[in-house]
Amino acid sequence: MLTIETQHENGHDILLLRGEVDASNSVILDEAITKAVADGSSSILVDGAGLEYISSAGLGVFMSYLEDFQEKEIDLKIYSLSDRVFEVFKILGLDQLMRIYPDKKTALLS
Amino acid sequence: MEHQLKISCQTTALAELRVFLKKTLGELHLSDIDQLQITLAVEEVCANLIIHSHQCNPLDYIQLKIKQNPGKLIFEITDKGKAFNMLDYEVPALDKVKIEKRKGGLGIILVKKIMDEIEFESSKGTNTCRLIKWFQS
Repeated sequence: MLTIETQHENGHDILLLRGEVDASNSVILDEAITKAVADGSSSILVDGAGLEYISSAGLGVFMSYLEDFQEKEIDLKIYSLSDRVFEVFKILGLDQLMRIYPDKKTALLS
Repeated sequence: MEHQLKISCQTTALAELRVFLKKTLGELHLSDIDQLQITLAVEEVCANLIIHSHQCNPLDYIQLKIKQNPGKLIFEITDKGKAFNMLDYEVPALDKVKIEKRKGGLGIILVKKIMDEIEFESSKGTNTCRLIKWFQS
């Protein structure tokens, strides 16, 4: 089960993820990011505090945007991941490719 | 110890698989991170089978058996779909996945990084993928 709540805050689009991302629902994450881009967002923040699990289907969604976002200068930052979920990003080396921060404040300041 | 689960070939069954693994692995006093990683690796193999070998046909099924041997846990995943031997699959470099904007290809990298041994055999229409994780006993 995955729910995504979108908030707009000082020019940032914040996606609050709650639950588990797997192959059955990663399309929800994909659509939320696509919508933010279509709405003209140049800064997408993903709040991962409520993210309990993510499989490669969800990680692949983030990966598929990195190249385009770099070209279009759209910021994508993830913050507040639990240690266990962050570990999954680290196994793949995504912590080196993506901008991941311990909390919202640090993400906003960087 | 041996536990088994049979799931239907639809992605919604992955949540059922995680519940089963949480319960089964929870009895083994593994660390939280080990539990999560093993769950992830087993799920990645099952998700690949469901999507690519069975095209999400809910009438097909996958069988998972978990065996505990001294010093290791064995996850045996069997199905009767199109055989896919991940040992023959050359994992893509992460940079390549990024440049090609691919959403797939990461699952097998995860399985190979998490598990200590992977075995595959196919005989008389039944494919068996064995994922083995070693533990200090």
